[in-house]
Amino acid sequence: MPLVKGNVIVTDEFTHLADDAELPADGAILVSAERFLAGPEAVLARQGKIGVIWPNNRDVEDLLPYLNRLAAVALVFPVFRDGRAYTQARLLRERYKFRGELRATGQVLRDQFVFMLRAGFDAFEVKKQSDAEAFATVAKRYSVFYQPTGDGRVTAFHRRLMHLSESVAS
Amino acid sequence: MYAYDELDRTIVNERVSEFRDQVARRLSGELTEDEFKSLRLMNGVYLQLHAYMLRIAIPYGTLSSAQLRRLAHVGRRYDRGYGHFTTRQNIQFHWIKLEQLPDALADLAEVGIHAMQTSGNCIRNITADQWAGVAPEEVDDPRIWAEILRQYATLHPEFSFLPRKFKFAITASRHDRAAIKVHDIGLRIHRNAEGEVGFEVLVGGGLGRTPFLAKTINSFVSHRDILSYCEAILRVYNQYGRRDNIYKARIKILVHELGIEKFKQEVEEEWAQMRDGALTLEESEIADIRSRFTYPKYETLSDTPDELTKAVAADRHFEAWYKNSVAPHKVPGYAIVTLSLKPEGGTPGDATADQMDAIADLAEKYSFGEIRVGHEQNLALPHVAKRDLPALWRALDKVGVATPNVNLVSDIICCPGLDYCSLSNARSIPIAQELTRRFANPDTANLIGRLHINISGCINACGHHHVGHIGILGVEKNGEEFYQITIGGRADEHAELGTLVGPAVPHEQVADVIEDIVEAYLALRQRPDELFVDVVKRLGVEPFKERVYATR
Repeated sequence: MPLVKGNVIVTDEFTHLADDAELPADGAILVSAERFLAGPEAVLARQGKIGVIWPNNRDVEDLLPYLNRLAAVALVFPVFRDGRAYTQARLLRERYKFRGELRATGQVLRDQFVFMLRAGFDAFEVKKQSDAEAFATVAKRYSVFYQPTGDGRVTAFHRRLMHLSESVAS
Repeated sequence: MYAYDELDRTIVNERVSEFRDQVARRLSGELTEDEFKSLRLMNGVYLQLHAYMLRIAIPYGTLSSAQLRRLAHVGRRYDRGYGHFTTRQNIQFHWIKLEQLPDALADLAEVGIHAMQTSGNCIRNITADQWAGVAPEEVDDPRIWAEILRQYATLHPEFSFLPRKFKFAITASRHDRAAIKVHDIGLRIHRNAEGEVGFEVLVGGGLGRTPFLAKTINSFVSHRDILSYCEAILRVYNQYGRRDNIYKARIKILVHELGIEKFKQEVEEEWAQMRDGALTLEESEIADIRSRFTYPKYETLSDTPDELTKAVAADRHFEAWYKNSVAPHKVPGYAIVTLSLKPEGGTPGDATADQMDAIADLAEKYSFGEIRVGHEQNLALPHVAKRDLPALWRALDKVGVATPNVNLVSDIICCPGLDYCSLSNARSIPIAQELTRRFANPDTANLIGRLHINISGCINACGHHHVGHIGILGVEKNGEEFYQITIGGRADEHAELGTLVGPAVPHEQVADVIEDIVEAYLALRQRPDELFVDVVKRLGVEPFKERVYATR
């Protein structure tokens, strides 16, 4: 599955580690929440980046004690119409200030990219090659946004106000 | 009217271009029907019994003449020359081709109309009192707040894939014309003791398979906090709403299962963490939205013009229409005029393209170019000078939208039913048509007084049968169409769910049963002005049940 990061298709530095596989001494690994929570300190003590695959029905607050030591959190879209991970993403980015990689996994299609970017995702395991290739174009499809989210985009409201103050100044 | 600016127009245009790409990918096979389904639904496109159906949003029910003309154009060019106004302040076209949908949406976008979020598991079209801005006693124009919510909800990055659909309705009047108690979130604008404008927030109402009336979660949320409060509710729902069973996925089930107290606690905890954040509305933001609603330059006119007095005295047809189609306006000398889309033998809510064009012209001539759409599937002209009423009536009569039955027994709310809808179990339109014929005599209808009949062709309740004074629900038994009848429902500020009268009756008996119920009411009421629904409240269903089933 192609991984998109920074608008381009990249090689995934992380290896998905099966729950029964031996913990490798180094290298970047993605582990399941279950495995991670069974012994977080052991996993975090090793060399190499750690990412956790977090299910969409589990409170992200359970991850808070470890958040600053995680390089990545992967959130899951089991079907693309299940939007719980959008809430998780915003909470991680906006409320808990997670600055590592926030990865969207599962049924990830081009039609969700804009929503995902706005919710704070910055890495995308895209289901279809053609969608991954279209990423940069699709990400620019919308140029105006109504809601304030943590992605830093200026909302329509603030653009209107800026426009108003400019027209007053001139 | 709200005037879209360049930014609003840009979003609508970008949406059309996105949808054009999605349709192209579907047509080329790049998207499976399953993948396409969620995407098309969020653009109001259903796959119905015969064809694709396009549902177009009419936010808070306000249309300009130019917009109504464009809807007529879409009906004529891409459909079969008519459209169907729904109980959600939407219009639907039932015979549209998939390949032509992007062009139809592009045509609509030119006049600031879109089909965004008229379906799908997202925040749907925000509905409001159709008399907003002109009703005499309202606290504020609820459309200001509906528009703020519309912008907030449009392409929301967190709430576009909710467990199920999500509907808001807003009123600012004592008399609730927006049916706020049967919505996922109902908002009632009022002032607190300090005179501040805020909202009573109700949550968890809805009809369908498991009907519930909404419960008050907070009796006063400041206007500044309304977006953050709603976001807290939506966030709790998105995380904890059920996704295992489509019939249990609405917020009403979550509220019911947790109980309103526990649900409120969850919401307030969430809200506490975000309430003073980026969603707090600044006065400048509210003022900006408010400034883009323009109101007519009303003249100073007599509230009892000679033209009107004479016409009422001279023509009893005009008098009958005036009595039930014309409502008081907040500006003296003006009136709100309801246009009945319920002619005898017609399909409730249908309007032809020619009618839409004619109404657009009349709105320009008599109502400052503005039209309203109500959840009762009628239209209204909100700013008519009273002196113009006789002339307007003659013109409306020619168009076929002056049937003097507004709020009377033949002003029936009705879903498209089995004739169009793939979910439906039974026909609803023919029942409505038969009932409008039975009760066509205006003298009988006036004798009966205000009585709302609501018909749904299936349990999904698009015809809001639970809240009809008389509700008719189509069900299927062994391949035949049967109808359950409820009485005592209402959707206003005294909202109630109706009670079943007795066993379901077959298609051919429905009109007879309704006539029996109405006759029982006439015999049971204490005064001519005791409404049907009040008699049911006073006596319960038993006397009606006896009357209906004694002879069957």
